[in-house]
Amino acid sequence: MSKLMNYLTSSIGRKYLTGITGIGLVLFTIVHLLGNLNLFIGQDSFNLYTYKLESLGPLLEVAEIGLAICFLLHAIVGVSVYLNKKKARPIDYYVYNSAGGNSKQNFSSKSMMVTGSIILIFLVIHVATFKFGPSIEQGYVTNINGVDMRDLYRLVVEKFKQLPIVIVYTIVMILLGTHLRHGFWSAFQSLGLLNKKYRPFVYTLGILVAVMLSIGFLILPIWVYFFVEMGA
Amino acid sequence: MADKNLLQIHGKFVDYTVENANSHMSFLELLDLLNEQLIKKGEEPVEFDNDCREGICGSCSMVINGIPHGPTKESATCQLHMRHYNDGDTIIVEPFRAKGFPIIKDLVVDRSAFDRIIQAGGYNSVNVGSAPDANSILIPKDKADMAFDFAACIGCGACVAACPNSSASLFTAAKISQLSLLPQGHPERYRRVIRMVEQMEKEGFGDCSNHGECEAVCPKGISIDAISIMRREYFKAMLKNV
Ligand code: HEM
Ligand code: FES
Repeated sequence: MSKLMNYLTSSIGRKYLTGITGIGLVLFTIVHLLGNLNLFIGQDSFNLYTYKLESLGPLLEVAEIGLAICFLLHAIVGVSVYLNKKKARPIDYYVYNSAGGNSKQNFSSKSMMVTGSIILIFLVIHVATFKFGPSIEQGYVTNINGVDMRDLYRLVVEKFKQLPIVIVYTIVMILLGTHLRHGFWSAFQSLGLLNKKYRPFVYTLGILVAVMLSIGFLILPIWVYFFVEMGA
Repeated sequence: MADKNLLQIHGKFVDYTVENANSHMSFLELLDLLNEQLIKKGEEPVEFDNDCREGICGSCSMVINGIPHGPTKESATCQLHMRHYNDGDTIIVEPFRAKGFPIIKDLVVDRSAFDRIIQAGGYNSVNVGSAPDANSILIPKDKADMAFDFAACIGCGACVAACPNSSASLFTAAKISQLSLLPQGHPERYRRVIRMVEQMEKEGFGDCSNHGECEAVCPKGISIDAISIMRREYFKAMLKNV
């Protein structure tokens, strides 16, 4: 076991960890977005979806713990890479330029720590607002087919009717896209899965995934702000 | 170590104007000319490493306007010619900057960390005795080509110098991949990858964030495919050993 830990905390082992957790987080983000699209269908559809999710009970808890571990590991390893980078070049260049060509260095790859940290802060607030926000006891309750369930839809609409919140969500979702523009292909490279043949495809796919997830998420608050009738 | 740190702290940039430079000169010849002019004036010449001056020894390490080996693709500093510059240009030249490459003087850095990474790889078993038949070990053409591409590494250290994280992944991976692709490298392949990666970390190089800047500056155009192979080799070694 301690041997395995040694391998997994080596410079290469930590790449496996960022890669695997990164892909895990991308998968979660895709599922999360698909679920949220229920908002477009309407109040009952969205509340029914969250109700069904909650009814998974222990299964959901296991998934949530797994997700939390993913986030934690991902953040810890990301920070360790960043700290090692600082140690490995105590005195910086006076002039530094990318050579261009085959380099994959860009704004996205250089800002992983910044975009990641903002996402982390956002996550804490996001989870506090919705998951641990007002529930049935506080009157956020709706009745569908004779079952009382949490009216999460109302909470979402109330939040996204506030311009500052909409602006923050939009910015953070653009940053998430920025994180994934480098992160997506990088995760596969970290796992040693890419070569000259597949790299261009996965690199381009990464741009697509980043744009789709970013726009998919940021469109929701904007749509609610402009087009959803309060209390409907 | 302490005095090396002192040198780094006390380092400074100096402005020199090189008279009579011409477009046919290589970058190293420009530095030669500068040093001649400095010596005539009774000043200290600028130290820089060089040997072959034809892009095969990998010793001409320096960063030119922010890019190791300068702006031209797949060429070392000694292969960079002044025709890429205009009369009157200011060119900023710095040493490779990485903890794993301590500065000795001016543009000269100590790249012996690379030697120790290779040493950590250890020996390769070979049959001694009578000469084996030619082609007794068959190697597919694509594997042989790939191994050869990785073997083209001249150990110049530009990958480390260009990496935002000062990672030595491309160098180490090229050495590991070159041997792991060939049957002759197989007997020790798993312990080799573990030991070389361990040494790479001990030397104080950073982690890889897949910026791919190393491939872009490599004078031999070595692909980050090597890093993928190193990660797969490490994974296999990990499974073998736990
Ligand atoms: C908890 C907040 C987060 C932090 C602090 C964070 C930080 C980082 C950092 C610093 C890296 C670069 C690692 C390296 O250079 O080796 C990285 C890579 C990555 N991140 Fe995040 N991130 C966070 C959230 C996310 C989320 C929500 C996703 C997906 C939706 C994600 C997906 C990725 C991917 C796919 C990679 C590439 C992994 C690799 O290069 O091996 N991250 N993250
Ligand atoms: S002096 Fe040998 S590679 Fe430049």
